[in-house]
Amino acid sequence: MIFRPSHFSAVVLFALFASVVFGITQRETPRRMIRFAIYCFVLFVGAAVVLSWLMFLIAR
Amino acid sequence: MATSLNKNAEADQGFVYLPLIAGWLVPGAGHFLLGKWVRGALLAASILGMFVLGIAMQGKLYGGAHDILDVLGLAGDLGNGLLYIVSRILGLGADQVQVTTADYGTRFIVVAGLLNVIAAVDAHNLRTGRKS
Repeated sequence: MIFRPSHFSAVVLFALFASVVFGITQRETPRRMIRFAIYCFVLFVGAAVVLSWLMFLIAR
Repeated sequence: MATSLNKNAEADQGFVYLPLIAGWLVPGAGHFLLGKWVRGALLAASILGMFVLGIAMQGKLYGGAHDILDVLGLAGDLGNGLLYIVSRILGLGADQVQVTTADYGTRFIVVAGLLNVIAAVDAHNLRTGRKS
């Protein structure tokens, strides 16, 4: 089986898996785990989008 | 006070590093041993998912250490425990990165290993009572 995601799909998958592990391991209560996982996911994907736009504008 | 003493006595029973080693060898196993079924299942799904997608993207499994970057990659890959060993035996993973997605896949495999180490240490902290 060969899987060829786009760059953005790879970022989203990476962010999803890493955020779940960070949420569970870095916080103690389930509520705080979920909040931290969402926070990490938004930061991962948001940083990728912002950096992508910066690189696009610099390259022009 | 008495509850705290009981908790410490419970934590001292048995081989304290078992969840750490089990968690390293099999993703999520450390949490399963401690009865944390949901956390273990989510950790196992995330780490296994990341590793399998990395292999499916034709990511490279580091087999030797030729330079410092290879040493770091190998250290990350070894974090996957049995997944890494079994994949090496089965000959999975590419020897050379030839397409862009293979480069993503290589990172997925390394990061899955690093996340597995974090999860195993978390299981150890739960076992020793450092985390509830």
